[in-house]
Amino acid sequence: MYDVAIIGGGVVGGMLARELSRYQLSVVILEKEYDVAMGASKANSGIVHGGFDAKPDTLKARLNVRGCEMMPTVAAELGVPYRNNGSLVVAQDEESLAAVRELYQRGVENGVPAITVLDEAALRELAPAVKGIAALYAPSAGIVCPYTLTVAAIGNAMDNGVELRRGFGVDRIEKTTDGYVLYAAEDTVETRYVVNAAGVHADDIARLVRDDYFRITPRAGEYILLDKEAGCVVEQTVFGAPSKMGKGILVSPTTHGNLLLGPTATDIENKEDTATTYEGLQKVIGGANRMVEGVPVGKAITSFCGLRSTPDRYDFIIEPSPSNPHFLHLAGIESPGLSSSPAIAEYAVELLGQMGLALTKKTDFNPIRERVDAFRHLSDEEKNEIIRKDSRYGRIVCRCEQVTEGEIVAAIHRNPGATDTDGIKRRTRGGMGRCQGGFCQPVVAEILARELGIPLQQVTKSGGSSYLLTDKTK
Amino acid sequence: MKQVDLVIIGGGPAGMAAAVAARENGLEDILIIERDNALGGILRQCIHNGFGLHRFGEELTGPEYAARYETEVEALGIPYLLNTIVTAITPDRVVTAMNSEDGVFSVQAKAIVLAMGCRERSRGALNIPGNRPAGVYSAGAAQKFVNMKGYLPGRKVVILGSGDIGLIMARRMTLEGAEVQAVCEVMPYSGGLQRNIQQCLKDFDIPLYLSHTVTEIHGKERVTGVTVSKVDEQRRPVAGSEMYFACNTLLLSVGLIPENELTKGADIPLDPITGGALVDESRQTATEGIFACGNVLHVHDLVDYVSEEAALAGKAAADYVLAGAAGDSPRRVIAAGAVRYTVPQTIRRTDKDVTVYFRVGSPCTAATVRVTCGDVELLKKKKPKMAPGEMESVTLKADKLIACSGDITVSVEV
Amino acid sequence: MKTKNLTCIVCPLGCELTVTLDGKTVVEVSGNTCPRGKQYAIDECTAPTRTLTSTVRLADSEEMLPVKTASPIPKEALMPAMAALQDVVAHAPVAIGDVVLKNVAATGVDIIATKNVK
Repeated sequence: MYDVAIIGGGVVGGMLARELSRYQLSVVILEKEYDVAMGASKANSGIVHGGFDAKPDTLKARLNVRGCEMMPTVAAELGVPYRNNGSLVVAQDEESLAAVRELYQRGVENGVPAITVLDEAALRELAPAVKGIAALYAPSAGIVCPYTLTVAAIGNAMDNGVELRRGFGVDRIEKTTDGYVLYAAEDTVETRYVVNAAGVHADDIARLVRDDYFRITPRAGEYILLDKEAGCVVEQTVFGAPSKMGKGILVSPTTHGNLLLGPTATDIENKEDTATTYEGLQKVIGGANRMVEGVPVGKAITSFCGLRSTPDRYDFIIEPSPSNPHFLHLAGIESPGLSSSPAIAEYAVELLGQMGLALTKKTDFNPIRERVDAFRHLSDEEKNEIIRKDSRYGRIVCRCEQVTEGEIVAAIHRNPGATDTDGIKRRTRGGMGRCQGGFCQPVVAEILARELGIPLQQVTKSGGSSYLLTDKTK
Repeated sequence: MKQVDLVIIGGGPAGMAAAVAARENGLEDILIIERDNALGGILRQCIHNGFGLHRFGEELTGPEYAARYETEVEALGIPYLLNTIVTAITPDRVVTAMNSEDGVFSVQAKAIVLAMGCRERSRGALNIPGNRPAGVYSAGAAQKFVNMKGYLPGRKVVILGSGDIGLIMARRMTLEGAEVQAVCEVMPYSGGLQRNIQQCLKDFDIPLYLSHTVTEIHGKERVTGVTVSKVDEQRRPVAGSEMYFACNTLLLSVGLIPENELTKGADIPLDPITGGALVDESRQTATEGIFACGNVLHVHDLVDYVSEEAALAGKAAADYVLAGAAGDSPRRVIAAGAVRYTVPQTIRRTDKDVTVYFRVGSPCTAATVRVTCGDVELLKKKKPKMAPGEMESVTLKADKLIACSGDITVSVEV
Repeated sequence: MKTKNLTCIVCPLGCELTVTLDGKTVVEVSGNTCPRGKQYAIDECTAPTRTLTSTVRLADSEEMLPVKTASPIPKEALMPAMAALQDVVAHAPVAIGDVVLKNVAATGVDIIATKNVK
């Protein structure tokens, strides 16, 4: 019997798990996929929004501003790349200028620090490549690597005692006298409290306990990621003025030095459909070109699609189930969900306390997780010391991102361990560079097979039946 | 810091040929740095034949061709480091590298030969819409799995791109029991050698769809199929022309890119068309004492030409170390007409004949190759047929080069 | 009399050959730049052959051993030869040219190693 079962190993569930691991509680994360951060948490803009976008007096507004304030510390503790690069919302005509002015007012009301409207000259000075007549500038905004943040939060939670069960897709929930039994295809978990952090599936989970009062619509967002060589055409995150369907196409550096273009916003039916489309990718290119001068769209290294969990109300759905005791919904966490995630976790713990969960602090909670990319940031002398102890750090496997065998082995054995080549990619960046694994995937697959003690044919790209190889030739 | 006269980055066909030439031209102190666990580079996985006809006068497989040079490197006692990756070079020729035994170390070189080869263009560069399942491989990655590791990446295959590696893999996978359903090429002509179309596709009745591309990848976990569409002259998919192929593997052979990250890191100017450094006839880059050859300079069709070019660079590097900088101020070689690029892009010395390599941008028939310097025509020849997939060359005679001055234009007129 | 167009595969030049045939007899070959091209055209129209390159397993190794037919074999023998390689296991040391399998698929041609393994 666990104290808390969190359904969903995304950034919301992960941040909450970490927050709960500060207390004397037994906590389990139930993730239906074979790795964590497999939904929107691995495919979003990676923006820590300033907090000017949400309507005042909403959860979105409050938790975004708070999350943005918390993020630098959280990211530093978890060893996650974060950069406070500021954001611009660009007006290109009088109409969008009005929208920008409105956002400024909201920002002031929401308590976003140091927010200003730049005129054309000031904009040109700050961001010469941006095409606009004015822009809202939020210097507190930043960028963070969303999947690294999720992996690190869950890893740190696990280091502090939280359990992770992968491939656990909750398909039935039974109420018992003192809690719930959660059923997956071949497994069950008993728990006193349940937190629903199931992303696009949060409404499906809610319906399992007959909470049929909200709907989540997957809203697809397609992105194109450019080579590091594309460089910093812009330093800030650049948004177009917002529309009903979201914040428009953005152009942003990533914490790893790439340039990210996207997302589109298309409501779709299928919650698993993360296919990119010809039209979508064209839209991304068009939108980016309209806003920023000289975006080298030819330097694409990959494109992808993520699904926002769009609720049927304006605000996040963060509330105890109206009809089920000890059951908390964290649903409809669309943008600014990543930015808000540390604050959502803080608030959720407060709510769980109000719901009766006993919160006694641990004395041995360790908030620190070593950077995953620690090795490459060392001096040559420090690197040599490590290579002397473990020669695998002297062997580079991924040439493009310069990832060593030592780092790959560590990613397999460190919480939450990577079990497939995509997992290695998200944890180490191995295979994420310009050749997209062309050279290193065979080697990474061999390391996975060796470290996991499985035959090479059983190594997958991303769990399930995503096998890399089908047969031996002889 | 350790001092070495000549550091050669890369122990593939280019690096080995450069080393051998440098030694044969009197340079003793040479070090080859190779990132893989053996010399030979990409030839190690190119087990097919067709190598060496020019260089050795007989038809060899990739490993056999590599072994010829390995034997020479060994016989000449040229030192090399394996499993060692160069992480940076500087314009003043400090080479920083790393391996398991020595850790991170730096070497001061008097000259450097860049011979890092090239890599394949990936799916991302093409922005193919659809899912991102397992089963999408670059042809080279598949080649490594099949030929070196003995594993088949899949049994039902579609290949996008008719570059030589794709064609070779179509045959190879077929021989190993896979069913290759189609090879699609977005251009109206193949990027591969004609002989490979014949012996890799026609021999096995594998259809080649020109002016076609993959417009969607299906399958969530593993590829289940691809949609192939015809493209118009602007290479945009034509609605209504979609064909569906059920398959579990998509191989990409959509172009090679010289691997010039180190070159860029040292601020050595590159040619935007070739993706390699700008070089003179000795294959010296614009940074004195740093030379480039092989596929890191421009993508070659034949390894024989790689060796030839590398020997030039190796000799020039040896001369540079032993005799110092030589040559006049550079004259530009300008590509004109149907010529897409030339290598070299500059000529300094005119005391010897200079061979200029070039490619055309699209297939030409009944073409005239003309080399001019101002009003002076240095060379004129007829070519019945030229294609982007086949490298061409012209040899400019020293006496003619000396007799004129200024930039040299290589053009193809149809 | 009829003509047939071929792409020569003897070397990477890939000459476009035109063969004039009288029944199965080659009357004339044009388009070739060397005598081997002419021979290829004649062989291709009468008894086409190919050099087979493949791999065999190498005992106690993670890597395969590349091999080839010592000379071209009839085109129709390619698949039978592949089948014959299925169960061949080579043992180090191997030198380039070492015979790995004699008389593959009754072609009279041996399979030889194309890599040195110490």
